[in-house]
Amino acid sequence: MYSEKVMDHFQHPRNVGEIENASGVGTVGNAKCGDIMRIFLDIDDETHIIKDCKFKTFGCGAAVATSSMATEMVMGKTIEEAMKVTNKAVMEALDGLPPVKVHCSLLAEEAIHAALWDYAEKHHIVIEGLSKPKSDIHEGEEEEEEDY
Amino acid sequence: MSKMIYLDNAATTRTAPEVVEAMLPYFSELYGNPSSIYDLAGRSKEGITAAREQIAGILGAKKEEIYFTGSGTEADNWALKAAFEAYKNKGNHIITTKIEHHAILHTCEYLAKERGAEITYLDVDENGIIRLEDLEKAIRPETILISVMAANNEIGSIQPIKEIGLIAREHGILFHTDAVQAFCQLPIHVDECNIDMLSSSAHKINGPKGVGFLYIRKGVKIRSFVHGGAQERKRRAGTENVPGIVGYGAAAKRAWDSMEERTAKERELRDYLISRITEEIPYVKLNGHPVKRLPNNVNVSFRFVEGESLLLMLDGCGICASSGSACTSGSLDPSHVLLAIGLPHEIAHGSLRLTLSEEITKEDLDYTVEKLKEIVQNLRNMSPLYEDFMKKQEETNVQ
Repeated sequence: MYSEKVMDHFQHPRNVGEIENASGVGTVGNAKCGDIMRIFLDIDDETHIIKDCKFKTFGCGAAVATSSMATEMVMGKTIEEAMKVTNKAVMEALDGLPPVKVHCSLLAEEAIHAALWDYAEKHHIVIEGLSKPKSDIHEGEEEEEEDY
Repeated sequence: MSKMIYLDNAATTRTAPEVVEAMLPYFSELYGNPSSIYDLAGRSKEGITAAREQIAGILGAKKEEIYFTGSGTEADNWALKAAFEAYKNKGNHIITTKIEHHAILHTCEYLAKERGAEITYLDVDENGIIRLEDLEKAIRPETILISVMAANNEIGSIQPIKEIGLIAREHGILFHTDAVQAFCQLPIHVDECNIDMLSSSAHKINGPKGVGFLYIRKGVKIRSFVHGGAQERKRRAGTENVPGIVGYGAAAKRAWDSMEERTAKERELRDYLISRITEEIPYVKLNGHPVKRLPNNVNVSFRFVEGESLLLMLDGCGICASSGSACTSGSLDPSHVLLAIGLPHEIAHGSLRLTLSEEITKEDLDYTVEKLKEIVQNLRNMSPLYEDFMKKQEETNVQ
């Protein structure tokens, strides 16, 4: 059901862990829906380069793999460049996800944005294109009507 | 793949070699249509009759009361839809439970939405068993059918079908039971339990996929479900799946003859597995009744861990299992059964079902427990929920 890349990132996730005194931390998702992602960023205050990025995720294979891939994709980037790491880009880098798992990929982008928002708040800076993260990305998401 | 440990026998089972052997002649040698008149066709008919007698004998039923179908799901659909159709002049109320298989629940939803049925879904206790007083209270003058599964497919809890049958009989209400998981795992006698209809499926007892049956007590006015020829006493038309039906008969004989010995061994291994998991892994909970459960069913929830991740990791170690997490159901909600026994969503997401077979050994289970311990710890180390929980624990300890 999953691509080889997804399985690789799931079985050997990159950058798992925490960063002590991280410059920005973002947590998104909720346990009720079965996925929570937390991203830790270490950002250079001068250059705005992401020096380190770690994650912790409670969720399915797709959630873990997208977290892992997203951390790899923002590592070493500037904040501006990291803002361009969208869920679509993460999904493409993983050679796609099954349709029912696409909502898991939304978490990665949201988690990075939440961590950047935390950094911006702490440093009183404005990051272009960044808005306050939603506390629950599943809000408004509903199951499809069943047909008989 | 190296070694595989198959612990998903509630999903399906390996077709037993002797069952396959019994089926084989009915493909290329005894291929006659049972409805034809020559000898070749007669041999096919004999094969079906023998299977029907075999199954009827196990249930204490008459052979004319066994109707072969294409699946357990079809049998469930037939029982509910046809009973509603036949008895709608008497009433429109059906009583079932919140933990039925989707074959029952979705059929009930259809009957409610499209046919004007009123459905009562009984709650279950924390062990997944209905309360008989709830059933009594739910009965109305217009109740025409009670449908309660004999044993649950996810958590293995066994329902008091004898008592339910008695209540149904006292009130003159039809009683249907979905025995897909229970047939040949528990003794079920249709007269002793006052069962009017019973659904079952071959592939759960080492038979082939694609064949099930509905037992319909003589005198129950159930109409035909599939219209056409005169097969299955005109109630389920369509040329019979002769090899499948023969295979079902062989599988039922095999499972029934070995039931006592097999289930005694499985119960022992089941309890061994449950005690090792619950004693050696922290923050784990057994789902379902500790004793009133299917001999081969283990269902546990691990806190701070998501079920699909667990399954993928186990698969990587050659262990086949299943989970009630949302991610394995294709929706955002975890299993309705786990929610019905009162599990919070986040704990239901971390459920794992391991269902044994006669082929499983203690060594297989030891390997499974060792792998499970590693995997659960690795996933917890990656889980922000576990991180938060441990930090809170530390804070409490400091205080």
